[in-house]
Amino acid sequence: MSGVPRPIRTAGDGPLSLAVPRGALFAGALDLLDAIGIGTSDLRGDSRALVFDAGEVILVTMRPSDVPTYVEAGAADLGITGKDVLAEQRDRAVYELLDLGFGACRMVLAGRRGDRSLGESERRLGAMRIATKYPRTAERWLEETGRQAEVIEVKGSVELAPLAGLADGIVDLVESGRTLAENDLEVREEIALSTARLVANRVAHKLRAAEIDALAARMREARRP
Amino acid sequence: MTHLRHPTHPIPPGTRDILPDEMRELRRLSLALIDTFERFGYGEVATPTIEYEDVLARGDERGAPVAYRFFDESGELLAMRSDMTIPIARLVANRYAGAEPPYRLCYLARAYRAVRPQRGQMREFTQAGVELVGAPAPEGTVEVVEVLAAALDAAGLTRAVIGLGDADLYRQLLDEVGVTGEARDRLLDCLATHDHVGLEAEVGRLDLDEQHRDTLLRAPTLRGGPEVLEEARRLGGPATDRATSRLAETFEALRARGVADRISLDLGLLRDLGYYTGAILEVYDPALGHILGGGGRYDELMGRFGRPLPAAGFALHLERLHVAQAEEERESAVRSPQSAGGPA
Repeated sequence: MSGVPRPIRTAGDGPLSLAVPRGALFAGALDLLDAIGIGTSDLRGDSRALVFDAGEVILVTMRPSDVPTYVEAGAADLGITGKDVLAEQRDRAVYELLDLGFGACRMVLAGRRGDRSLGESERRLGAMRIATKYPRTAERWLEETGRQAEVIEVKGSVELAPLAGLADGIVDLVESGRTLAENDLEVREEIALSTARLVANRVAHKLRAAEIDALAARMREARRP
Repeated sequence: MTHLRHPTHPIPPGTRDILPDEMRELRRLSLALIDTFERFGYGEVATPTIEYEDVLARGDERGAPVAYRFFDESGELLAMRSDMTIPIARLVANRYAGAEPPYRLCYLARAYRAVRPQRGQMREFTQAGVELVGAPAPEGTVEVVEVLAAALDAAGLTRAVIGLGDADLYRQLLDEVGVTGEARDRLLDCLATHDHVGLEAEVGRLDLDEQHRDTLLRAPTLRGGPEVLEEARRLGGPATDRATSRLAETFEALRARGVADRISLDLGLLRDLGYYTGAILEVYDPALGHILGGGGRYDELMGRFGRPLPAAGFALHLERLHVAQAEEERESAVRSPQSAGGPA
């Protein structure tokens, strides 16, 4: 296995390509691949390469939020990403094939500990101000629960927004809740549970059905119960 | 060409200009398609780009999302068509009232949909397709698939595959095992959004015996060659039997016409347009990650325009066909560099 510098679009023949998310899901994804016999040692090193030839599949590493983009376009046949990403990018047409079980976390609405500004802003000012990296998830949740909000999209640490007074609360992904606690924030509402998912391109799912089903079956077998 | 910065004059998102080099190739492709349709006896028609909103809505309340609606000077609500099937149903009802069916019509036309613009998906795009009105299944379906296969050949997409499924199968399966109301809607929604994880969770929540549960989860994953029909029969039950026999009959007739090689049978196919009944089609090419087109039967659509006639058809997405042609050329150059004149 080695870094692959050339274009890797497989388009119908050659090995399947699998988009692997860097970041929080990276370790879990590599463990899963090892468990089904796809070697990942080169990805575990400090290589700057983005594409790795693992023999039966080509592994393409990227940000988790880019996985649906690559898979929808067919630039990767398969991908691993979080349910949180798929929920935020619901209009991306990909097959969601399998709950891989790892990377469990919660999408929550959080506010400052003991602070009542979430409810107060809505009551007196007509809308609560919510900072988030997941604007569509936040808007959908608040709409479905019958509340008005001004959703403010931020790119960096969301926890800063209520501390600095940009927002009354945040919608964010929480794993242990430690970051929230350290910033004096607390969970007010649980919106959804999220785990890693296996997704497939719509065309690859049809034209390479047997290979994709076989790979998914191995992952289903290997995932933690 | 030099690229100088200059003030720009914007055009709406999801639309674009086409310059001569591309237009020449698009023209050549469209002529090849229309020639093919004509060869099978399909006459080309054109309809207005704008229709009354309520006429389009009569065709299908769950149709492709309309992108543009506006009022004319007398306050009538108009809409830009989102496909050609409904305008042609209207045209047939209006203009062919006295003629003996079947009617064979084809078109090359712009359509407009409210989608998020990106590669291979624009709000304004061109469809090339046929409508066969007044010919029931299976003969009508078989004829339409044969024309579709010939059109793909004419476009040079020899690796393209036609997925053939049954729009009624899953709904009938749900009737059979007694899934109704909101649970039924949720399952169909999971299927329509390709969410097999959600489907598994929803089915797990239902109070069903193991065999029915297995059928609901297995059926949508069955796709491939004729062996799929055997696997489907093993699932058992009247709904799968019915759909499987219909598919087998269509498949045999396609084999007799020499186009079975292009067919992938697919029990998980569920087109998002609400007017389909019976056979449904989707078109794929290995060089492109997006679907090239689709179609199927809509035996109940004409009835909504006062002419209850069985009908079938398909629409190919012209610009995507063109991208697929270009990708296929590029890939065949990679596969055999010498013959394509590229570096070895």
